[in-house]
Amino acid sequence: MRYVQEHCTLIYKEEIAKGVFSFTLKAPQIASKTQCGQFVNVLCDPFQLRRPISIGGFDAQAGILRLVFEVRGKGTEWMATLEEGQALDLLGPLGHGFPLLDSGKKAVMIGGGIGTPPLLPLCRHYGRNATVISGFRSASAVILKEDAEAFGARTIVCTDDGSTGFHGFTTQALEEELKNGTYDVVYTCGPKIMMKKVAELAKAHNIRCFVSMEERMACGVGACLGCACKTKTEDGGTAMTRVCMNGPVFEASEVDFE
Amino acid sequence: MTDMKVSIAGVEMKNPIITASGAFGYGMEYNEMYPIEKLGGISCKGTTLHERQGNPGPRIAETPAGMLNSVGLQNPGSEAFVNTYLPWLRQRDITVIANIAGHSLDEYREVARRVSDANVDLVELNISCPNVKEGGMSFGTSCESVETVVSEVRKVCNRPLIVKLTPNVTDIGAIAQAAEAAGADAVSLINTITGMRIDIRTRRPILKNNIGGLSGPAVFPVAVRMVREVYKKVNIPIIGMGGVSTWEDAAEMMMAGAAAIQVGAALFRDPYAPIKIIEGLEAFASEQGLSSVTELTGSVQEW
Ligand SMILES: Cc1cc2nc3c(=O)[nH]c(=O)nc-3n(C[C@H](O)[C@H](O)[C@H](O)COP(=O)(O)OP(=O)(O)OC[C@H]3O[C@@H](n4cnc5c(N)ncnc54)[C@H](O)[C@@H]3O)c2cc1C
Ligand SMILES: Cc1cc2nc3c(=O)[nH]c(=O)nc-3n(C[C@H](O)[C@H](O)[C@H](O)COP(=O)(O)O)c2cc1C
Ligand code: FES
Repeated sequence: MRYVQEHCTLIYKEEIAKGVFSFTLKAPQIASKTQCGQFVNVLCDPFQLRRPISIGGFDAQAGILRLVFEVRGKGTEWMATLEEGQALDLLGPLGHGFPLLDSGKKAVMIGGGIGTPPLLPLCRHYGRNATVISGFRSASAVILKEDAEAFGARTIVCTDDGSTGFHGFTTQALEEELKNGTYDVVYTCGPKIMMKKVAELAKAHNIRCFVSMEERMACGVGACLGCACKTKTEDGGTAMTRVCMNGPVFEASEVDFE
Repeated sequence: MTDMKVSIAGVEMKNPIITASGAFGYGMEYNEMYPIEKLGGISCKGTTLHERQGNPGPRIAETPAGMLNSVGLQNPGSEAFVNTYLPWLRQRDITVIANIAGHSLDEYREVARRVSDANVDLVELNISCPNVKEGGMSFGTSCESVETVVSEVRKVCNRPLIVKLTPNVTDIGAIAQAAEAAGADAVSLINTITGMRIDIRTRRPILKNNIGGLSGPAVFPVAVRMVREVYKKVNIPIIGMGGVSTWEDAAEMMMAGAAAIQVGAALFRDPYAPIKIIEGLEAFASEQGLSSVTELTGSVQEW
């Protein structure tokens, strides 16, 4: 079995920025199967559809999973009311995650806001060879900087209002970084327009780039075709590909950003 | 112990629970979680003659107690169905229903011929898909066009033929009668009810296709009423669906007149929903002292 449905006890809950929650859950079955960049589909009890949330951390030995999510609507609002000791029904680990190079290679990761969590497990893999460029509205919205640094990663925080770090877009910071440093691989998760620009920069520097896509989902396992996004085929055509199963991570050159 | 076997148009199934077309693919993904052989049957994703890409995304929107979808019949086409997916299913002990769709009478005939020449148990003719621009649902909304497409497909279809009805009509009983008169061996209902959601901040529909089909618990009472209406009008078996999420729902829909049940959207909340429905229905039927689960069918006593 590649994925399972598991009832996972919430063992630690923290609001790490306004409206952004970090959940540590006891999830031995899911944690034992997880790879970087995969996600879980979270049952929000009052609602019909599960919510896809990236796996922001996992420890197979300890049987622990970490989810970091932002309250965006009704389902995530419900999730945020959960208390430690209560259980969450998760389906996972789902999808294909980030392909990993040897941990001695140099990786640069670009996270836009709540797109940052899935990059954390990559920081654990690449350690000191990881550079994380993450972008937020303002200083108060910055998340996971220390978590990335704890794995040895170098971090560059960007804010829209300049209240902390680099005043500007992550893609501007990336442009500088690619001019000055040499990287073997680029990983990105965040708004589509940001990822499109990241993909273009990576291409211009001839570096492999992996993007993590978002789409509205129903089944989460590949059965309903609800989550399809447009991808390019080898023969120059396009196809509708399941984000939940063939993704969420795609080689940037495969994605049709429109 | 209650006998859970049911028979639809001469095809025996080990229990009355079938996964609905489009919600379960070809069973491969859910087979990761439990052996799909526990199911009575599977209705495969709608197959058209050639591959279809479907509609652009977003294709899913949540609704109170339900969901809209506008997948638009994305499927790999009849050849891939027959050569790739069907052989995998045939290695398993499960009743296989091929669900077919088309844009024109010719396409319906050709796809019906191809899949029914292959090793499927039943063919379910979808004349009710709300998500394709031409064909699809338009065949299912008048008695004349239902008679035409069903009788044409009937001529070339070598397997028992189920006709899947749309709820987007004024008199579903009359449509079911037209299907029966044209040679349908069974009817299944309901397909999705057309609906729309709008994001009030962007003033854009959530679905890229603007509209989609509603399914899930929200449609359940509508489906029960329609199954009942059709039960009173036809003598062929009815496969009931639309919002069935629990064994209680399944029992209720059988009492309204369904001989078997399909489960769709409930899978997205609980992948094990069909398995729990089978177990719950069996326990209920034996608690009720039934020797066969078929005794539930149509057993409601109306006031
Ligand atoms: C693979 C993947 C990984 C994700 N990882 C994270 C994460 O780690 N942290 C995080 O905070 N968010 C993540 N998201 C986004 C998250 O799924 C949405 O924010 C969430 O579903 C919103 O639910 P809601 O009930 O609060 O919003 P509502 O607007 O009330 O939701 C209504 C429906 O739309 C869907 N929906 C709304 N926005 C999105 C969206 N952006 N993507 C997909 N479906 C959406 C919901 O799932 C639900 O079905 C991820 C999305 C995907 C596809
Ligand atoms: C994502 C999705 C895809 C569907 N695709 C098909 C299809 O290809 N052919 C078809 O006949 N019905 C299709 N349906 C309709 C279902 O088979 C079923 O008739 C309907 O969803 C009502 O049942 P439910 O409430 O249990 O989901 C689809 C439904 C959903 C939710
Ligand atoms: S959400 Fe069902 S196929 Fe991806």
